Amino acid sequence: MVYALPDAGSVHALERVSLAIAAGEIVAVLGPSGCGKTTLLNILAGFLRPTRGTVTVGGRVVDGPGADRGMVFQQGALFEWLTVAGNVGFGPRMAGRPAAEIRATVAGLLDTVGLAGFADTPVYRLSGGMQQRVALARCLANDPAVVLMDEPLGALDALTREKMQGLVLKLWQETGKTIVTITHSVEEALYLGERLIVMAPRPGRIEREFRLPFAREGLGVDARTVKASPDFVRVREEVLGMIWGMEEQIMGEAGS
Amino acid sequence: MSERPPSGLAVWLGLADNPFTRQKTVRFGDPSALRSGRVWSIIVVVGLLAGWWLASVFQWIEPFYWPPLGATRDRLVKLATEGFRNIPLWQHVWISVFRVLMGVLLGALAGIPLGFAMGLSAVARGIFDPIVEFMRPVPPLALIPLIILWFGIDETAKISLLFLASLFIMTIAARSGVASVAVAKVHAAYSLGTSKRQVLTHVILPNALPEIFTGLRISMGVCWSTVVAAELVAADRGLGSMIMIAKNFLQTDTVVIGIALIGVIGYSIELLMRWAERKLVPWKGR
Repeated sequence: MVYALPDAGSVHALERVSLAIAAGEIVAVLGPSGCGKTTLLNILAGFLRPTRGTVTVGGRVVDGPGADRGMVFQQGALFEWLTVAGNVGFGPRMAGRPAAEIRATVAGLLDTVGLAGFADTPVYRLSGGMQQRVALARCLANDPAVVLMDEPLGALDALTREKMQGLVLKLWQETGKTIVTITHSVEEALYLGERLIVMAPRPGRIEREFRLPFAREGLGVDARTVKASPDFVRVREEVLGMIWGMEEQIMGEAGS
Repeated sequence: MSERPPSGLAVWLGLADNPFTRQKTVRFGDPSALRSGRVWSIIVVVGLLAGWWLASVFQWIEPFYWPPLGATRDRLVKLATEGFRNIPLWQHVWISVFRVLMGVLLGALAGIPLGFAMGLSAVARGIFDPIVEFMRPVPPLALIPLIILWFGIDETAKISLLFLASLFIMTIAARSGVASVAVAKVHAAYSLGTSKRQVLTHVILPNALPEIFTGLRISMGVCWSTVVAAELVAADRGLGSMIMIAKNFLQTDTVVIGIALIGVIGYSIELLMRWAERKLVPWKGR
């Protein structure tokens, strides 16, 4: 993927990225800034057309955004003129589902994400963490095959962030959705990636792939226990080392 | 040392600190740390009225330059009951307000779709950009001679002028409302399976409402100034024409009353629009 910039320059954002994701997998994509991970997600979502190659979801070639791939953005993508229920029910309402069905879907999802009782609250009154709960529920209300998340917890404080990671795992277990998360937090990537894709920059490419047990462990025990386990710490240090290596290489190239 | 909490009245007048301002040490440069200062406002208003009253009693000023208090009150009563030149005062007020409302309404009806088209279509932007950008810096008052040449001085002329004054403000407001939509919202909507038409009506339109409202407020203000000025030039009814004709008869008191009414109505329009804005687009600025 050669990404053309609005000012007529271009960046070689991705180089021969090949990735097969099975249904029901939870995948985390991690990499230093400029490794093309957001470009990759935008291609999966259908917001960008790749220079070469294709994306296929369930046998159908992706050509533009669609309801089969739900998106959760970092922030600012909620509709602030609507209530919580209005946001969550947006997809089904646009699809013309019956009102009673929408109400039931919305009520169920608000319960799941811990926002029961906030249905009629305007979203601009909610805290950042609660807004991301709405964003998750809005995405799930549409029952997409794949959930794509672009730094979904990036703007949250550390405590809220950890709670939300637990919620994402819970939703993964309960809905069985395929989830792809982009993140720059190593800890989050280890925790929210049954498969962890580490990307390297210039040009953006897949550097290494891990299969990790922590997402499944996280379903049983609480996040702190998982993240404090020796295995978790060992992998975290290894991945951190890789990322640091890439960052230093970038700095070296920039300095020369 | 124990301090008595200041009375509510003292805080309201700005003679004492409220609990919030009391804790602040930095005041110069932090407007939120200042007292209300209302006592000074009261002194100024009372002082001006007292000065007017004294000047009237002792006849310090020629009525030609500034009318005495009593005569002004009598004139106001007379204007309210008998009207000015056989037209009741409320009709002078209403015709001016009506012209403004029509101008803003027509300007919005044409300007909002035009602004949306310019924000959403390259063709529309290409066609209208030179016109809008050229007309934007032209003060509406500069159009009065042309409007008179085209439409004469009847009602059509005035409303056309106000329509033009409001049109470009509304077009630019709607265009920037469209441009202000975060692309993440549009992406999110398409990922929820929304059609183009639904993105327009359910995402871009509500997202542009705060900007459209700001446009309406500016339009109202500009049209109010413009209507008064237009009536000064050519009209037989309306507040502007009332004070212009009163000047010809050297009725300074009517002129002063007219100016005061113009100020009060302009201010009321602004307050009304702010109130409507809070009610209709409460998410603005959040």
